[in-house]
Amino acid sequence: MAGAETADLDVREGVDRETVETVANMGSYKYGWDTEIEMEYAPKGVSEDIVRLISQRNEEPEWMTEWRLAAFRRWQTMTEPRWAMLNYPEIDYQDQYYYARPKSMAVKPRSLDEVDPKLLATYEKLGIPLKEQAILAGVEGAGEAPAEARRVAVDAVFDSVSVGTTFKDELARAGVIFCSISEAIREHPELVRKYLGSVVPQSDNYFATLNSAVFSDGSFVYIPPGVRCPMELSTYFRINAENTGQFERTLIIADKGSHVSYLEGCTAPKRDTAQLHAAVVEIVILEDAEVKYSTVQNWFPGDENGKGGIYNFVTKRADCREPRAKVMWTQVETGSAITWKYPSCILRGDDSQGEFYSIAIANNAQQADTGTKMIHLGKNTRSRIVSKGISAGRAQNTYRGLVSMHPRAANSRNYTQCDSLLIGDKCGAHTVPYIEVKNTSSRVEHEATTSKVDDDQLFYCRARGVGEEEAVALVVNGFCREVLQALPMEFAMEAQSLVAISLEGSVG
Amino acid sequence: MPDAATLTQQVPTVEGHGAPAPDALSLRLGEVPAAGPTAAARAAAAARLRAMGLPRPRDEYWRYTDPAPFNAASPTLLPLDTRADSALFADVDRLRLTFVDDRFDPAESDDLALSGVEILPLSRAEAQPGHWVAEAYGRLEAASQHPVPRPFAALNTATATDGAVIRVTGVVTKPVQIVYRRSDPAADVVCHHVLRLDDGAELTLLENGLVGARGNVVIEADLAPGARLHHIAAHRAGHARVAVTHLFARVAEGAALKSFTLSLDGAHVRSEAMVEMAGDDAVAHVAGAVLGNGEGFHHDDTIFVTHGALNGESRQVFKKVLKNGATGVFQGKILVKPGAQKTDGYQISQALLLDEKSQFLAKPELEIYADDVRCSHGSTTGAIDETAMFYLRSRGVPREQAIVLLVLSFLADALAEIEDEALRERVSDRLEQWLTAQAGTLG
Repeated sequence: MAGAETADLDVREGVDRETVETVANMGSYKYGWDTEIEMEYAPKGVSEDIVRLISQRNEEPEWMTEWRLAAFRRWQTMTEPRWAMLNYPEIDYQDQYYYARPKSMAVKPRSLDEVDPKLLATYEKLGIPLKEQAILAGVEGAGEAPAEARRVAVDAVFDSVSVGTTFKDELARAGVIFCSISEAIREHPELVRKYLGSVVPQSDNYFATLNSAVFSDGSFVYIPPGVRCPMELSTYFRINAENTGQFERTLIIADKGSHVSYLEGCTAPKRDTAQLHAAVVEIVILEDAEVKYSTVQNWFPGDENGKGGIYNFVTKRADCREPRAKVMWTQVETGSAITWKYPSCILRGDDSQGEFYSIAIANNAQQADTGTKMIHLGKNTRSRIVSKGISAGRAQNTYRGLVSMHPRAANSRNYTQCDSLLIGDKCGAHTVPYIEVKNTSSRVEHEATTSKVDDDQLFYCRARGVGEEEAVALVVNGFCREVLQALPMEFAMEAQSLVAISLEGSVG
Repeated sequence: MPDAATLTQQVPTVEGHGAPAPDALSLRLGEVPAAGPTAAARAAAAARLRAMGLPRPRDEYWRYTDPAPFNAASPTLLPLDTRADSALFADVDRLRLTFVDDRFDPAESDDLALSGVEILPLSRAEAQPGHWVAEAYGRLEAASQHPVPRPFAALNTATATDGAVIRVTGVVTKPVQIVYRRSDPAADVVCHHVLRLDDGAELTLLENGLVGARGNVVIEADLAPGARLHHIAAHRAGHARVAVTHLFARVAEGAALKSFTLSLDGAHVRSEAMVEMAGDDAVAHVAGAVLGNGEGFHHDDTIFVTHGALNGESRQVFKKVLKNGATGVFQGKILVKPGAQKTDGYQISQALLLDEKSQFLAKPELEIYADDVRCSHGSTTGAIDETAMFYLRSRGVPREQAIVLLVLSFLADALAEIEDEALRERVSDRLEQWLTAQAGTLG
């Protein structure tokens, strides 16, 4: 990343050198390479046959096939929502592949040792360790910390299939189920049947309904009562194949009194054509359980002229179904050409809590419309929203959120803070909150500000020999501090450097 | 259990209307006057309305307010109130224009001659060929139909029967007051006022009374450089008003608009203000205090401020006190266009909910396309502060009186937007009277 090696401030002339470097790296997306690997595709387009084929490839039982088909029939009656402040050409849903898997995955590898080395190499290059030693790499200095503290179990999803899941045995000893959703449908149908679609119903919205019909893989997590998951769990999504949509489905169930921290990362190669990504994440949280879900979304954002990039339409929702359940969403959204994403909390159980921390950075021609929904249904429920939006280049960045206090949600609280930062005069920052309060004992506070990078702070950095780009990155990191602090340590460090990379070329 | 619509991921903001429902629309349009200086503007407005159609409850722009009472072919009969009209501003030295139902009443109005201002009822201005109103009528309304259509404003332009046409050429020494009265329990009133303030001109406009069984009022105010307009509206209490009002203002360089509305009770009210900051250093403050007591009360303030020039300053301050099933709505927006640098935009909406049945629904928006700006908004909702209540009670203040005091202090920020101290006091007194009279039902 630019600036890292120029950080030694002894080099007074370093400013110029850095500027040159930055210009050279402008718009650089370091995960933009692709893996040449033999793929197997389902025919282009989506139809009942394709839905059946995906279901059959995943060796799913009849009920699952029917579930998908019901969703597909519903989807055909729906229209794509266009209310978001997003401007993109019409998506031709028949002009892409809905299923792509590496040929080598045709026979499911029984362990990671059997996985195609090319696939393993891909994840290694991305800094995602699929060996069970493991840390989230790509983080400087992380190697020095004690390995014990940083163990992360990974489910790696490559295009339409899960390549492998690490630490399964150790997790199983704690009673934790962590596997791909296709495996869960086969191995744990009682859990999947009970909870799948219970938070995000098949008919929820256009993209979630499409996902319900064609999701190919994703992760499944079940934490049994009273268990504190012994390590962090993570899923790493990689889109590799061209003209292929990725539709993953994640289902997390935290049973009574359990605890889990879950990380999600995503990247894709540089392609000239836009690619569709429509995921669904459902989280069910029972009494006294707690789930922390962190995302670093770094899909290919398209080039600086807005060519290519991922269209990211994601439905994420957590249901705090029982008393004192707690969920915390943290997201760092730096990638994607189009982001349409509103991780939400249904605070159904009394005294349940929802938190949403978000950094959304849009540079060049990126457009992001993202925020959250806090639906307060239970008594004494609490929610907190901290959203930091940063716009640069010609990007448009919108915070859209809902805070709803139902009549029954007595003594509930919400605090919302959404701040926007504009870098340059060609971009836009927008705030669209919906606030609905239907009882007197609840308190709702919403604050939003929009400003530019503070000249005094920049001047202060510049006067001390910090390059302009780096100074902006410093100020922006300061602006995002509250959210960065909410991330698990490894992610926080990665996010911090991502912030700097995402803003490259935005100054001057 | 929440309904499915609440739980869906979608927060729709589709702005626009579908095919017009011809029957309802034609019924609402009736016969559009085809002669006189405003005939062209009226015909254009009717065409606009036909193109946009009447709003439907699913429209994003009508998310929180049911348009049905405004869409209905005729208003619900509203018995005449035997009590005397509000005496608010009665002791202020002012020039009074009275509209009885949908017509100007010269007998109840003062002599229209006043230094620095030309005043004519719309019906008379339209009888004068070549009157300037031909140019101004419906112009700001038409310009404010994007990106969101405002069908009732277009309906108003097309069908208004009367109004005040005011041109301010200098600094007017006393306020001009528009008073509305009713004589017909079924009156469906459509009034359209056109104000033009020349360079450096100044006017205070007061507006109060009862507008029909159903009222549709439009004010178009065009402020030339350096002009100042103070607008204070106070709507009559204890009246089951069904009303939709629009204030369209264009604020040129160095000009200032200050508008305040007091709303006490009412049945179903939508009050919109669209302000365009067209010149550098323009100032616009739009404020409102709303007190609603009762199941049928529904009050919606929808404000849209557009900054299109440098160094503009805008403020939106709205406070609502709601009790016994009352609903308060606030939809506010600050739009900063590309290049409108050094904009200072501020917006606050606050609600005090005095019981479990009342609700506050808000959508405070920012849409910003310039980087060197300072824009912020805040929105809070809560109950009476029990600590403050305890403090007052422990000093022997009866609960009912304590509520009146706390409500008054809650509303103080909005009232502070009225610059003229004497006028502010009258509005404040009016508020206190209402609160004291209602105190028994507010506890």
